[in-house]
Amino acid sequence: MTPLLSVQGITKRYGAHIGCADVSFDLYPGEVMGIVGESGSGKSTLLNCMAGHLEPDAGKVVFDTRANGPKDTVTMSEPERRMLSRTDWAFVHQHARDGLRMGVSAGGNVGERLMAVGERHYGNIRDKATDWLERVEIDAARVDDRPVTFSGGMQQRLQIARNLVTGPRLVFMDEPTGGLDVSVQARLLDLLRGLVRDMGLSAIIVTHDLAVVRLLADRLMVMKSGHVVEAGLTDQVLDDPQHAYSQLLVSSVLQV
Amino acid sequence: MIELKDVSKTFTLHNQGSAVIEVISDVSFTVSKGECVALTGASGAGKSTLMRMIYGNYLTQSGAIRIGDMDIVQAEPRDVIALRREVLGYVSQFLRVVPRVPTLDVVAEPLRAVGVSAADAQERAAALLAQLNIPERLWSLSPTTFSGGEQQRVNIARGFAHTYPAVLLDEPTASLDAANREVVLSLIEEAKARGAAIIGIFHDEAARARVCDREIDVGRYTPGMVA
Repeated sequence: MTPLLSVQGITKRYGAHIGCADVSFDLYPGEVMGIVGESGSGKSTLLNCMAGHLEPDAGKVVFDTRANGPKDTVTMSEPERRMLSRTDWAFVHQHARDGLRMGVSAGGNVGERLMAVGERHYGNIRDKATDWLERVEIDAARVDDRPVTFSGGMQQRLQIARNLVTGPRLVFMDEPTGGLDVSVQARLLDLLRGLVRDMGLSAIIVTHDLAVVRLLADRLMVMKSGHVVEAGLTDQVLDDPQHAYSQLLVSSVLQV
Repeated sequence: MIELKDVSKTFTLHNQGSAVIEVISDVSFTVSKGECVALTGASGAGKSTLMRMIYGNYLTQSGAIRIGDMDIVQAEPRDVIALRREVLGYVSQFLRVVPRVPTLDVVAEPLRAVGVSAADAQERAAALLAQLNIPERLWSLSPTTFSGGEQQRVNIARGFAHTYPAVLLDEPTASLDAANREVVLSLIEEAKARGAAIIGIFHDEAARARVCDREIDVGRYTPGMVA
């Protein structure tokens, strides 16, 4: 089987400082991978390099495109990469405000991505947008309200609806449950897991919440100072961590 | 079906003076189809550790653990995931679920994962929950608020929903009353009858005597602990 995403030797430096160094892995269709590590360990840098938001200094990000098979997205032309990020890719930001247009209605936020891929029938767009609002458990009556009137949890779910409406195959998530209260987190986890299963999504989730990765991710990568110090099955890394830093990370979690 | 060959395991505690603890050394045994084998030994002998090594959530330092055609010690994570989805079931002592998911869906999930339709999976889940005496009014609630015994039965129902060819059971009858214990034992007997290879840890001696064909004393393989 061809990996959906093959990351090869991604390195990003900020001057003399290392963002992330020589990261390689393959992600297969339907797999969810978690990336954990302390603040400043390079998780978000790596995610942004993979998603095309940052240009890596070295390395390849090979994505199995629908039309042309595996292609390196780092050397791809800008229009091609933009097309990819509107169709097969999705990016869920930690702060919903970064991923939404706050001045546009909820329906408009979801519909915009559809229009970007060529949908023009207003009725269809509105129907699809309403359908997706319901799928992420936002009352359809709020379709014309602007996201500024939504709570943090609702904004996050709206961001997910906006991202998934075009049926992407790969979703990048940066702390998708960060800053939400625990009951909303549980709801979002349930929602994400259902979507991953039903749509056959692959996802890369950056977080520092180990409970979240245990429930969502099949595989886990632990980063420290820009390097991957350990990688493997999620429950293996959490139950039997091998590296000193992973052991510290796992043993530092407070029991509820 | 399950074959262990010269399997050893050590824990290295980097943050506690790099202490190295040898837990298990040179275990070899096989479990055939339709056979149930009990792991025995005192507390701390490494029964659960060995079981987790077979499931793949503990790394094995040396040796081979073959389940069907796959050596879980060498396998890639995605192969282990596929193995766990289709071949290898595990009933742990603790229920770990996404909060808010109804019990019926928790039990149906392993079937959904192998491609069974939602309706069929729920039907099978409902039958198992009824058999394990979980009242129907609880099925639509999340098991996170259930009592210990109820959670354990949900866990068992989940572990037996899909007919795995290999099953690992970690104290499946602990904290169950006589009636439910009987149900669990009959589920194990059914699984054996359809040809599943089973490895179990049972502190309940009568249960062990009834369903297990052989016993393996893990204490014999524990360095520094003479059984």
